[in-house]
Amino acid sequence: MTESVLQPESLAPPAELQRAPMSPAGRSFGWLNDKLTAFNEGRTPLWWWVLFLPAAFCAMALLPAMLIYKISTGVGVWGNNMPVMWGWDIINFVWWVGVAHAGTLISALLFLTRQHWRTAIGRAAEAMTVFAVAMAGLYPAIHVGRSWFDWYMFPVPTSNGLWPQFRSPLMWDVFAVNTYLIVSTLFWYMGLIPDLAVMRDRSRSRVGKFCYGLFALGWTGSAHQWHNFEKAYVVLSGLATLLVFTVSSIVGMDFATAQLAGWHETIFPFYFVAGAVFCGFGMVLVLLIPLRKWCRLEDIITLAHIDKICKMTLLMGCVMGYIYAVEFFIAWYSGSPYDAWVFGHRMFGHAYWYGGWAMIIVNASMPQLFWFKKVRQNLVLVFIMAVLINIGMWFERFTIIVGSLYQDFLPANWGVYYPTWVDLGVYLGTLGAFFMLYLLFVRFVPMVPVSEVKGAMPQANPHFGNGKGGRA
Amino acid sequence: MSLFPKWTNWLPLCIVGCLAFGGAAVTAAVTYYFTPKYTRVGYEPVQPVPFSHKIHAGELGMDCRYCHTGVEKSWFSNIPAASTCMNCHNQVLKDDPRLAIVRESARTGKAIPWVQVHITPDYVYFNHAVHVRRGISCVECHGRIDEMDEVQHAKPLSMSFCLNCHRHPAAFIRPVSKVTDLGWQWSTNADEAAHLQRVEGAKLVAHMRVQSLQNCSACHR
Repeated sequence: MTESVLQPESLAPPAELQRAPMSPAGRSFGWLNDKLTAFNEGRTPLWWWVLFLPAAFCAMALLPAMLIYKISTGVGVWGNNMPVMWGWDIINFVWWVGVAHAGTLISALLFLTRQHWRTAIGRAAEAMTVFAVAMAGLYPAIHVGRSWFDWYMFPVPTSNGLWPQFRSPLMWDVFAVNTYLIVSTLFWYMGLIPDLAVMRDRSRSRVGKFCYGLFALGWTGSAHQWHNFEKAYVVLSGLATLLVFTVSSIVGMDFATAQLAGWHETIFPFYFVAGAVFCGFGMVLVLLIPLRKWCRLEDIITLAHIDKICKMTLLMGCVMGYIYAVEFFIAWYSGSPYDAWVFGHRMFGHAYWYGGWAMIIVNASMPQLFWFKKVRQNLVLVFIMAVLINIGMWFERFTIIVGSLYQDFLPANWGVYYPTWVDLGVYLGTLGAFFMLYLLFVRFVPMVPVSEVKGAMPQANPHFGNGKGGRA
Repeated sequence: MSLFPKWTNWLPLCIVGCLAFGGAAVTAAVTYYFTPKYTRVGYEPVQPVPFSHKIHAGELGMDCRYCHTGVEKSWFSNIPAASTCMNCHNQVLKDDPRLAIVRESARTGKAIPWVQVHITPDYVYFNHAVHVRRGISCVECHGRIDEMDEVQHAKPLSMSFCLNCHRHPAAFIRPVSKVTDLGWQWSTNADEAAHLQRVEGAKLVAHMRVQSLQNCSACHR
């Protein structure tokens, strides 16, 4: 028979070239249900409390205290002052928006491109997006002097007869970030619904049944519901994919629109999108490497997943290196003495030389280590590099913002910028709030989408069992 | 599902409906009750002297500028001194008890404690002379003073009220000679009046080089 000649084994590549399996092949759906909900249904482990309590303290005590102090006293409690009018507030805003982007890229763009391995990490990345955008959204609201006039940012018909300046990228920011928050929250919540129904059906306590049931919105898993669900999911992922590119583009335009050497560059929208995705992949690694171990999900979020994220981080790191090179090249090639001054001082200035070197070494050079498989498989090393990438990207924003402002067009105005303890407190507070929300998410809902992973299993393939194998 | 009774299927719809209705109600209430259209229009304080603009400016036909002499020369439209009143009232109603405060003020030089009705905030610069001498009538901001016994706050004087005219000066401008003629119209025919306002208004704006000032520092200096 011809079929016996075309056995898959005879065509399979040698073992060392075969791809590592991205789904727990050979396991049943029931095993997946048990595995993926085990952490939510088990007892709260000690490590969770050890992380949660300090994070909750920062979020519930430190952050409100800092916000009350800042809003009641004024922006002067921060380090911002002439000529550096944008300090940690905008640095951290851009940083948090950037952290958010990788989540949407993984969950939406990789969904549209049918990358089935994304199922295991999609939800964890989306949750990162939602919480990071919320943290980012806080900064524009508090960076203004009189926060109680924040509603001026929205186009409300007032008796002043005034409208926001729609020609300003700062205005687009308001819409971009709010749209992003709404779409990413909807996308994340919609994906959760079938799993909330799983949790509802498995829950043994009445409170659990009620709470999960309330948010599962009466999901029964009928073919009709799945049909609508899949359609809505495609629409939302299409919207979310666009937002990966628009939100950070607009954040980049906030800077590019200003007539300031170091900001006034056409590459900025692309620059900020690439930087955001790069930074976000770093944060995904920081979150997933410990959690996959502590939540016993090594079979689901495999080394092959980490390997793929590392490769994408490498790609974005190369893009960052290219952009830095272009910036420095144009600063020289344009012949503009102001550009040359700013970019020279990024690397060799007396005040902030370390920021410039941090961004070149950490963001452009260090990811080149990901070319080596040994590095990609060494989780401790990958984790340390991911933390460094987040720090490096923070320094990149610091260099762009403070490094371009502290020596402006009037030498008499020149000054240096130092953050105050309130700057630090607000940042720690947002970090705490982010990790607190993330830990609550991990504890109470399945961190890995049960229904989606099942869909990516070999036995979910309609051709499974007819001799061709399933997709892996 | 015994956990949630059947009526809960309507709950999301009800919540959305309540939010939409509540939001609309709050918006409507704020739009009406929280704006100068409501908070300022209709303000009519009791004045120390029951002076009637209706009698003086309306029935007797006195020009606004007989008393408010500074309006064409100054940013401020002055309240007349009691001596201005006494020009007539040393003969007309010379012993009327209602005018006792006026006579007292004229004799001693102590100002009559009028209560100010139209107040621009300190952060707004408003110049009467600039407006009056470019064909913006008193009536545009103060209403039909010549028909009021006691002066009442007739227009909202909100920022959008100012901007409405600053954005379309041709729709409000009139010949300078008619500025204090509060009942004046381009024509008794409403359609013709609107047409003339459009055509002649544009001419007046061009002729007097009226600018459509909308920058912040035009008023907030």
